[in-house]
Amino acid sequence: MNEFEDKSIEQLEEPQYNTLNLGPTHPATHGIFQNILKMDGEIIVDAEQTVGYIHRAFEKIAERRPYYQITTLTDRLNYCSSPINNMGWHMTVEKLIGVEVPKRAQYMRVIIMELARIADHLVCNAVVGVDSGALTGFTYLFQWREKIYDIYEQICGARLTTNIGRIGGLERDFNDEVYKKIKAFLAEFPKAFKEFSNLLERNRIFYDRVVNTGAITAEKAMAYGFTGPNLRAAGVDYDVRVMNPYSSYEDFEFTIPVGEKGDTYDRFMVRQQEIWESLNIIKQALDNMPQGKWYADVPEFYLPPKEDVYNKMEALIYHFKIVMGESDVPKGEVYHAVEGGNGELGFYLISDGGRAPFRLHFRRPCFIYYQAYPEMIKGGMLSDAILTMSSMNVIAGELDA
Amino acid sequence: MTTINNEYIVNKVQQHFGNALKEASESYGILNIEISAEKAYALIDWFKHDSEIKASFLTDVCGAQFPDLVGKEFCVIYHLHSFINNIRIRIKAFIPKDNPTIASITPLFPAANWQERETFDFYGIVFVGHPNLKRIVNVDEMDYFPLRKEYPLEDGTRTDKEDKYFGR
Repeated sequence: MNEFEDKSIEQLEEPQYNTLNLGPTHPATHGIFQNILKMDGEIIVDAEQTVGYIHRAFEKIAERRPYYQITTLTDRLNYCSSPINNMGWHMTVEKLIGVEVPKRAQYMRVIIMELARIADHLVCNAVVGVDSGALTGFTYLFQWREKIYDIYEQICGARLTTNIGRIGGLERDFNDEVYKKIKAFLAEFPKAFKEFSNLLERNRIFYDRVVNTGAITAEKAMAYGFTGPNLRAAGVDYDVRVMNPYSSYEDFEFTIPVGEKGDTYDRFMVRQQEIWESLNIIKQALDNMPQGKWYADVPEFYLPPKEDVYNKMEALIYHFKIVMGESDVPKGEVYHAVEGGNGELGFYLISDGGRAPFRLHFRRPCFIYYQAYPEMIKGGMLSDAILTMSSMNVIAGELDA
Repeated sequence: MTTINNEYIVNKVQQHFGNALKEASESYGILNIEISAEKAYALIDWFKHDSEIKASFLTDVCGAQFPDLVGKEFCVIYHLHSFINNIRIRIKAFIPKDNPTIASITPLFPAANWQERETFDFYGIVFVGHPNLKRIVNVDEMDYFPLRKEYPLEDGTRTDKEDKYFGR
């Protein structure tokens, strides 16, 4: 007996859709978020995302915490490049209280932020490789991310959620070991990265998987609020570092790589090129490192050195005031944006002069551009959808805040 | 060619929207425009399509609550960005507590979709005309709006953590 026997022709022609749950915990989602896919065979007809699995109410918690304690919250937004988030937050508060950070601190921040960008892009691109079946590149590159983490560790003592820097500068000057490690990284990493590029960039198999999949036009990308490498891959040369320079980015020579079609390959290539540009920026910053202090003269916000706390009255008072969150901040509202690993990371802060922000809103690039995901994968294959997701670099921490 | 700066934009808005423009100021380099809630959609639409300003990128939508401002307890804040002129504009629309509704700008910017859902999720601000206004990061069963100021962050029944010892 045939299973089609008792069905009319119309019934048979009616499309039969399957529902497929991609996530919440699926190895290919690299984080916890769910996609409910409506499938026609292996073609995606429709998709709906569910987010919020690791929502931690940062915006509410921030309304209760003194300013210096919010840095640890920002660590956990995009945890692949936490130093950028930390610096962004410090700069937001510095903007509010009107502090100019010394040039040396700004250059040091640039070095740290660019290292973080490299680490972020390395993870993303290595994982694009993994999702297309090329595990080798991933194993090559991850030791280099470890070396970047070693540099963070040498600077601030932490590796992943760094809590690096302070409001008003950095906690301490780079020591010799930091310089040694950065120089060693700059000398050796390009060779390894070149190897990775050779593995994938012109690889026929990889090429066939990523070209023309998950494409988005520049107009659509802008309408969906894309920023960062994903927007640049679509051909819009918007980069916060150039448009609204912060932390002395105007002193450095670098180019903004742009793509053409906004497909997975372009996103991959834009990140590849940005890694080279970041290396270039770090070199320039090291060569032109200005002399001077690594913190601004803001005793009300910048924790004094421990020796001073034990031996000097003022230092003890300021230490106590900062730790108890008693420093006065002006009233006002600030929006400050930095170019995060994934795009424009904005901090919108309303201060009513109290010890904690009255309102703090994080503009998380992931959260905004992930909306476009169904549109990008509709009509494509499931295997392409996985690659599209990993090339968009959706980080669950940033998605849910 | 006229230089497009904040002053110029304010004058232009004044001409087009007259009394709907409540206040214009500048804070930390960004132009602040306070507009009546009914005109917020029209203003953003106009900014997007104006041939000179071209603020065609929506950076951010978020909400805020000011319990002390009677009659305008809630606020929806939009950040627009003109890539061409490199000008950021912040638009604020205040709405009352008993009727927290405002027109959705999702038809103008698809990017606003989730951001408006998030604002609804946390503040209960209803965006009229939104295609799919439901909670986004919190569970659907939640029966309150957590970012509102009347919900304290810490458990109010605890007695071992008195605010006065923490300078709060």
